[in-house]
This record gives sequence, C-alpha cells and structure tokens, in this order.
Amino acid sequence: MTETAAPPGRVRGRLSALARLWPFARPYRGLLLLTFLGALLATLAQLVVPLVTEAVVDGPIADGDRAGLVPLLALALVFGLAEAALFFLRRWAMNVSCLQIERDLRDTLYRRLQRLPVAFHDGWSSGQLLSRATSDVTTVRRFVGFGAVFLVVNLVTCVVVSAMLVLAHWPLGVAVLATSLPLVLVGSRWEARYNEQSRRVQDEQGDLATDVEEAVQGVRVVRSLGRSGLVFGRYDRKAVRLRELELGKVRTLALIWCLFEFHPQVTLAVILVGGSLAVGSGALTVGGLVGFVALFTVLLWPILSLGFLLAQAQETASACDRIGELLDAPLTVTDRPGAVPRPVGTPARLRFEHVGFRFPGAGSPVLTDVDLEVAPGETVALVGATGSGKTTMTSLVARLQDVTGGRVTLDGHDVRDLPLAQLRSVVATAFEDATLFSMSVRENVALGRPDATEEEVAEALRVAQAEFAHELPWGLDTRIGEQGLSLSGGQRQRLALARAVLGRPSVLVLDDPLSALDVHTEALVERALREVLAATTALVVAHRASTVLLADRVALLEHGRITAVGRHPDLLAEVPVYRELLASQSELAGAGEGGRG
Amino acid sequence: MTTPGSGAAGTTGHGAPADAHADWRGVATEDADELSASASSFLRGRSRRLLGELLRPHRRALWALLAVLTAQNLAWLAGPFLVGVGIDSAVPALLAGDAGPLVWVTLAMVGAALADTGLRYVFLMGSGRVGQEVLLTLRRRVFRHVQQLPLSFHERYTSGKTISRLTSDVEALAELLDEGLDGLLTALFSVLAIGVVLLVLDLPLGLVALLGFPLLFLLARWFQRSSTVAYRRTRQTVAALIVQFTETFGGIRAVQAFRREGRNDQLHAALNEDNRQAHHRAFWLVAVFMPAVTLIGNLVTVAVLGHGALRVMDGDLAVGVLVSFLLYLRRFFDPLQDIAIFYNSYQSANAALEKLSGVLEERSTVPEPPDPVPVRDAAGELVFDGVRFGYGGATVLPGLDLRIPAGQTVALVGVTGAGKSTLARLAARFHDPLEGEVRLDGVPLHRIADADLRRAVVMVTQEGFLFTGSVADNISFGRPDAGRAEIEAAARAIGADTFIRALPDGYDTDVHKRGGRLSAGQRQVVGFARAFLADPAVLVLDEATSSLDVPSERLVQRALQTLLADRTALIIAHRLSTVEIADRVLVMDAGRIVEDGPPAELVGGGGRFADLHRAWVDSLV
Repeated sequence: MTETAAPPGRVRGRLSALARLWPFARPYRGLLLLTFLGALLATLAQLVVPLVTEAVVDGPIADGDRAGLVPLLALALVFGLAEAALFFLRRWAMNVSCLQIERDLRDTLYRRLQRLPVAFHDGWSSGQLLSRATSDVTTVRRFVGFGAVFLVVNLVTCVVVSAMLVLAHWPLGVAVLATSLPLVLVGSRWEARYNEQSRRVQDEQGDLATDVEEAVQGVRVVRSLGRSGLVFGRYDRKAVRLRELELGKVRTLALIWCLFEFHPQVTLAVILVGGSLAVGSGALTVGGLVGFVALFTVLLWPILSLGFLLAQAQETASACDRIGELLDAPLTVTDRPGAVPRPVGTPARLRFEHVGFRFPGAGSPVLTDVDLEVAPGETVALVGATGSGKTTMTSLVARLQDVTGGRVTLDGHDVRDLPLAQLRSVVATAFEDATLFSMSVRENVALGRPDATEEEVAEALRVAQAEFAHELPWGLDTRIGEQGLSLSGGQRQRLALARAVLGRPSVLVLDDPLSALDVHTEALVERALREVLAATTALVVAHRASTVLLADRVALLEHGRITAVGRHPDLLAEVPVYRELLASQSELAGAGEGGRG
Repeated sequence: MTTPGSGAAGTTGHGAPADAHADWRGVATEDADELSASASSFLRGRSRRLLGELLRPHRRALWALLAVLTAQNLAWLAGPFLVGVGIDSAVPALLAGDAGPLVWVTLAMVGAALADTGLRYVFLMGSGRVGQEVLLTLRRRVFRHVQQLPLSFHERYTSGKTISRLTSDVEALAELLDEGLDGLLTALFSVLAIGVVLLVLDLPLGLVALLGFPLLFLLARWFQRSSTVAYRRTRQTVAALIVQFTETFGGIRAVQAFRREGRNDQLHAALNEDNRQAHHRAFWLVAVFMPAVTLIGNLVTVAVLGHGALRVMDGDLAVGVLVSFLLYLRRFFDPLQDIAIFYNSYQSANAALEKLSGVLEERSTVPEPPDPVPVRDAAGELVFDGVRFGYGGATVLPGLDLRIPAGQTVALVGVTGAGKSTLARLAARFHDPLEGEVRLDGVPLHRIADADLRRAVVMVTQEGFLFTGSVADNISFGRPDAGRAEIEAAARAIGADTFIRALPDGYDTDVHKRGGRLSAGQRQVVGFARAFLADPAVLVLDEATSSLDVPSERLVQRALQTLLADRTALIIAHRLSTVEIADRVLVMDAGRIVEDGPPAELVGGGGRFADLHRAWVDSLV
C-alpha cells in the first residue's frame, strides 16, 4: 500500500490545504457567519460578568449601597441569559451548516470517485478510499463548525481581552502579553510535529482497514488452508504499529496541553505580584485588581484551547490533503470538448484501427497495432492465451480505459468523440467476474437501463436462462449480492449476462460469459443467446470451443497482436497455436497419436 | 429521501427522484434495525459488560491515574484560592510594608502550577496508554473472533458489515478513549472537588451555588435518554453509507460500463442525507443540553453574586472569599460542558459497542474439540455416515452414506443445487452435519483440532482470492515456512511457472488489489499452487477450474494427475474434462447419489452421466 503515502517533501502551506474547503463552505456562509457571531458575542457576554463583579466590589460593596446592587445584578442576569441564547444559536447554526457541508463534501467525493478511470481504482485499495470518505470528511466537518470558528473567536477574544487588560492597567497588561510570546513559539513547533504524526496515523488506519477487508473477503481461503494465525499476525503487527504511532501522538498532545495549562497559571502569579504592587502604590484599586483577575480568567479557555484548536487545524489540513489527492486525480476518461451524440446503428460497425495500449508507467505494451473489424450483426470471438490482452481489448470499447495509440470506432466515429453517456448506453459489457450489488434482482438486472419495462427484464432473464430469479422468496424484489441472498457462481453469471443483453444494445462485449455454468445450462444459454447475437454486433472473449461456436469469426490474439482471423474450423485446421488453445487434452492426445501413427 | 432543505447536492442526477425508488434495495430477511425497548436495554447491558471486560485488566492503572488526577486537581484548585489569599492578606500586608506574604503566595502559585502541569502530563500519557492498550485488545479480539466464526456467519453477515464493525465501530471507541475519558474524569473530578471546596469556603454561599443541582440532574437524564436512541440511529446510517461505498468501488467496472454513476449519485445522496438527518437529530440534543447548562450556571452566578455582595456588606464575608468563589464557580460549570462532550462520544461508542458485542457473542458452529484426537500424517480415508444437512430448515442432504478410500479421486457431478458444494463443505468441516458424522481415517471431523484438520484437508474454491503482496507471498500462503525454491517448485508442478516468470517482476510481482493484475484463470492457478504447497492428504476442489482457459486447464489437469496420485480428492467440476481423470464419479441429484462408478463405466451406461458426457462432447466440436 505504497501509493497512498504523500509525496515526500511536499512544500505547501497548511492554509492552502484548508482553503480548498471554501467552495464547500460558501453556500452556507450565512449560517457559518451566524455561528461565528454567536460564538463571538457569547464570549463577549462572558466579559460582562467580571466587569459587573468589579463594579459590585468597588461600588455597592465599598459604599454599602444595597439599592445600587439591583441594576448591576439585572445587568449580569441579562448578559447571562444572552450568553446561553447565543450559545444555543451557535450550536444550532453549526449543526445545520456543518452537517450539510459534510454531506456535500462526501457526495462530491463519491461522485468524483465514480468517474475516475478503472486504472485509478486498480491502484487504490478501497480501504484507503473509505477512510477518506468517512473519517477524513468527518474531521473536516468538526473543524469547520467548531475548530475554525473558535480559532478565530478565541484569537479575537485574546486580542480584545488583552486590549482591555492594557487599558485597565497598562504595565500589568503588557506583562501579561509578554508572557504569551514564548507560548506561541514553542506551541507551533510541537503542533507541526503533531500534524506529521496524525497523518501517519491516518495512513496506518487505512492500511489496517485493507487488512481487515482482505481477511474478511478472503475468509474462505484463509479458513480452508487454516491460515488464521498468519493473517492475524499480519494484522496484529499493523495494529501494534498503529498503537505506537498513536502513543507518539498522545505524547506530543500531552506536551501541548501542558504548555497551555502551565502558562496561564504562571501569568496569574505575575498578575498577583504586579497587581499587589500596583494596589500598594495606589495605581490600582482592590476592585480593579479583582476585575483584572476576573478578566484574565476569561482568557484562560481561549489560551488553553488554542493548542488543541491548532492541532485540529493541522489534522484537518492533512485530511484535506488526503481528500484532495482523490479530488485532484485526473479524470482521464471524459467527454471530449464538443462531443455530441452521433448516429450509431443497432447493430453498429465496430472497428479497432491500429490500436495500441500500454499501462501508465509499464514498459511493454499490452496491445500493439491491433486491427479488427466487426461488421454490423456479426459476432467475433476473441481467443488468446492468458495475459494476451483479451480483457484489455474488451475494456477499450466502452472506454473503461482509453487506447494509447490508434482508435476504436463505432459506425466510423471514434469512441472518444461520443459522449460517454451515449457510448455506454449503446455498448453493453458482461465481465469475467459477475459483480452483483446488494439490491433487488430487478435493480441489478436493469442496472444500465432503469427505465426497462417488466417485459424487457423478463426477456433478458429468459435469454440468460436466469428465470430462477422469479422463484426467489420475493421474486425479482429479492435482495441479492453482498447484503442479501447469496447466489451460486453460475447464477451470478447468468444475472450479469441478463444485465448485458437487456434492451438489445448496439454492441455487446462479453468476457468469457459462460465460464461458471454447468454444461447443461451452458447449452441452454447458448441457444437463447444466439437470438440476441443475431441482432447485435458482438465481441466475445472465449476460452473454449463451445463459446467460440457462438461467433461468426474468430480473432486470435497473441502477445497483444492479432495473428489470425477466420472461421473456427479453418483456424483449427491451419493454425497450430489456435489448436493448442482450444482443443481439449484428449483431442490433442488423439492428434498426437494420429501424428505418430 | 430528500427534504426541501437538503440543498444543492441532493438529486441533480438524471432519472426519477430517489424516493420514487425507495424499494431499490429489495427485500431481505435480516432487517432487524428497529429495536424494542427491552431489546434496547439488553443491548445496553451487553455493551456495558464488554466495556467492563476491556477495562478490567487496567483497574490498577486506572486507580493510579485517578490518584494522579486527584493530586493534579488539588494543585490546579490551589490557584484561585491563593489569589483570594493574596487579595485578602498579602495586599493589606504589602500596604502595611510587609512583602513576605506576597512572596510566599507567589511561590506557592508557581509551585502549584508546576505540580499541576507535571501531573497532568503523567495523567495524559497514562490514560493515553491505557486507551491504546484497550483498543489493541479490542482489535485483536474482534479480528480473531471474526476469523473463527463459521462461513455461514460470513455469508449471512456479509463482508461490508463485518468490515464496518472492525473499522468504524472500533474507531468510535477510539474516539471515546482519546477524548472522552480524559474529559470525563477531569470533569467529574473537578465538579466533585469544586463542590466540596465551595461548601468549605463558605457554607451558605455554597448552598446557594448548589441550588442548580436538581435542575442539572433532570437535564442530564433527559439528555441521556433521548441521545441513546439518536446515536444508535447514526450508527445505522453510517453503516448503510459504508456498504454503498464499498460495493460501488468494489464493482466499479460494472458501475461505469452500465452508466450507473447517476443513479448511484442519487442513492448515495439519499443515504448521505439520511445520515445527515440522523446526526442532526443527535447534535440538536447537544445544542439544547449545553446552552442549558450554561444558563443554569449563569443564573447561579448572579444569585451568588447578589447573595455574596449583601453578606460582604453585612461584614459576614471577606471580598477575597467572594472573588475566589466566583472563580471556582466558573470552573464548576465549564467542566459540565465536557460531560456533554464525553456523553456525545460515549453514545456513539456505545452504539458501536452494541454492535461489536453482538459480533463477539456469535458462537462458532464448528467449535474446536475440547479433547481433540491427534491426527498426524492422515492417510485420507473419508467416510460420510448417515449425514443429514440443510440450511435454515431446507434439507440439502437428506441422508448420505459414502466411503472414499484413501488416495481415491472422486468427481462430483450434478446440476446446480444438487448438493455437491454442501458435500464438499462438510468434508472440509465448514459445517457440521445435523445428523450422522463425517470421519477422516475413522476420526469424526469434529474431534480433530483445527490445525490438524487444515493440514490434512484443504479446499480450493472458485474465487482464487489473492492477498496484497507478491505472487510468491500468495503461493506461500499454503505453507508460510516454505522457501523460495519450494514455492517455485509448487508453481512449476502446477504449470504456473511460465506465466509467473513472464510477469514484470516474476515471482516478486505485486498482485495489486485482489490480484487485479492477474486474470481470473491465473488467479485460480495461483490458488492451486498454494494448495499444492500445502500438501494435504485430502484435497477438495469446488469448481476450482471453472474460469481456466483451455491451455491453463490442460496444464492444471496434467499437474492434477501427479498431484492427486497419492492423495484423496473430491472434485466438483462443471467441465467434464476434469472428471475424466477421476477414479470414480458420483452423480448427485436432490442431495442423493444417483450414480456411482468409474467414468468409463458410466459413459457406457445409459444414465445421466452418459447424457451429460454426450452434451459435453458435443460442446467441444
């Protein structure tokens, strides 16, 4: 899991990492402003209580004026109520805005990820993607609604209170400010360290999630070989490392806390000494000193929280970086500018023209100068040894990947000039691995055509010999896939096939569509499939003769090049490599004996 | 379900709005999401027990931490008290020309600050360490437990749910331990200590301050009750989001090829909005609770100020005491806010613990035998003796008697649902029979220790699941102590050597996610080499050759002949070419063996196998 680590030596301000949140926060700026004002005013309302205390000590208490107490208490009461009301307002506005920002960010991320090319997904473990879409997005939400607001409010509070302190008694006020300088310097160093540590923790959590996924999804293999111990050991090593990283984080955080805890207490001592001297010299009244102390206590929480808030800001910045890595990943397979729907017939003419393909960063190409034409209504089987590039070739038609040389055309239009929406509605693909989702059978089959009628779905199920679906406990409404009823490999494959043939696409791409079927079912499916193939253009990856017989012609793929095209019997007779690929062992043995005899 | 307030990111995709398809998920039997009141209290008890179990080993550390916390709080509490002393005695002394008291008070304050800070460091490190230990224990325990749960559990519970238990639910507890524990202990302690200090400092004033208590108590009870429900709901919405997410990106090829993106956007947006609403409800409760605490605190402050001022005027109270009192009061109510924060993470951790404790309560249906019969170097004779088996009421095998002598290769043939896979799974003890028993060398499987059994019986399934790592790593999964030479020999024996060497880094090639770098056929061959390396006495192949292309299958079959020569094998294959190498064929139908004999004999007879064989020969052309 190396591709997930951040590029080392990234030189990028933390602020700019946070700045990319702005587009998400913008729609809710009114509410955020309200959150901010609520926090600020509530904090300021707190300031009134110390001032009233001072006034009470210096006024009514000093004068013994009981009646004078009433307005002051009423003032304190009003501001006390105001503080609570503002507090509520802030929490309410924060909830509304932040949860929506979180939702929007997660939706955006999900949308983006869905549109990133298959090549991107091959390189990222889904555990890493998941931890970004869940915990990182949540980190952002927390910061926007709480951390960011209080970072600003507390800084403002610090400035305002400092000003008030200086105004109240400037020598003492300046002394208080002077003690804050080292705090800021040391604090920022530790916070940088904390940020680095939290990023490492987040990455490790992603890796741990990947281990969990593999252990759970590969449970059959683990169980049948009795390798639970090995898998556990692997997981355990990562879990232990995660604990070490977490402890490092705890240590840094503890240091930061302590610094911010120590500081105000020492400052309080400074105030006491300075204040006492000032009272001694008559520069300050006792009430003034009491008020000064009370005012300073208002500063305690803002100062105490700064460390924690800055740490949160750092954590959020690295979460933003991690989310940014996904949002910034290039959408390489997209509509070209000016791509407009063009007429594509049913069936269409499919051509590969000098097609080359090479994985990014890979040395040798997968496909080299592939030329192949599939006439409208024709079915061409693709035969080749494992790793010869068959599956890659099929993925180029619906642009799951883009060619790196030459072009693929449908009725003469380069597939890259067609809008993806059109292309993928005229081309239907059934994959080697039948992927079903945890939803109803109907939804699974109508995956590409949610508007399909009941009759069309039934027809597709018939062609794929997947009529067993009607017999499921809730018929086509039965939930299948990950979270529902589990089906056999053959059943899954037939449903995936039904999905592909639904709505009679212009071009049908089938990657070894019958591999998991038993002979009997395979024969039935083939019979029904022939009707569909007669009316559509099809490219079928075939691993055995029975599948090849569905095709009008066969193309032989060797090491990424097409070396022979022709009818099955001709190729079988003329091309030794082809014979090697498709003839069964017994036939070969027979041929061998025949040759010797 | 989109509400009017859901904003820009709602349902902008094409097609119908999401709520028109509320039933897109279809129907399943296991939607036990809504809970009755009694079930709810049962869950609470269960999760509390789990938390107790996790914390118990750390009792001493926790007591020590409490002591540290006590000392730290005393040091911390000294601050306001000393300020009061300073104002009441040091300032008058200074005015009288005696700086001594001021010096002492100042030194005491600095000393208290040092002690407070040092103790705080010790406490934070200590509680951090305990928290991480607890998490590690929990991670280990759940992971190990999940691993030993039967396959039937995994099939029912599904991987998405299990993964979210092991990741997001554990992390919810991590959050509690990270932020909550410290906050709670500090807060509880501060509240207690300050309560005492207030009463000691001045009893009547203290009683006035404690007036707010009954209100606070009622408030906390309301919050606790309503937030339990709200937070449980958030765990469910989060889990639903995770399932949607992992399935989408697990099947991204199908998603893109079938233009599912728009519809998925809608579904995800709806689930995401559900999740937002669930969180909104929970946070709303906090938004009421916390300001209410502040309100009570402010009312009490005004009462104390008024009452205190009057008493100072009467000469009953020193100004310094009133000032300290007000300082303490602030420190009394602020930590109460921390309790809300703690409760916040406690609730979400609790909901997570409910789910985790549920998983931990699942029992293995194929438990380890208490007094295992040692089986070393098994010969490989398998006997099914009156075996009856079924899933949830439906009988799959009504009553099976079968003896497979050591070393025999048996092919199982029959239509889907005939019971072939069930038979194979019973042989590998993925299930125990409902009646009768399966014996290996005369020993019932349920009496054999798992380690012995897995050494003797290995099953290769059709998935060919590969783990992160190199090809060699994946093969050595069959026998982790195997050296490189043995790994390569296994690959050679199975005919995988050629294609592996052709990979960019040969045996060291990273297979990428789920072996995405290899074709399905190649993955199966690697799975095969893995089993070969494990060298079991009994090999069970469940459709293991279905995705192989002809040359691969041919290679594997050649290898199989040598591989199977000295071991018992049970092969389920749809391709009859695989069957040809069997010593014996069993044709199954509706859980019974309807034909039994050597392949050549059955082909010659007029039975079902002969029909199947004819169909297969036709398909070869």
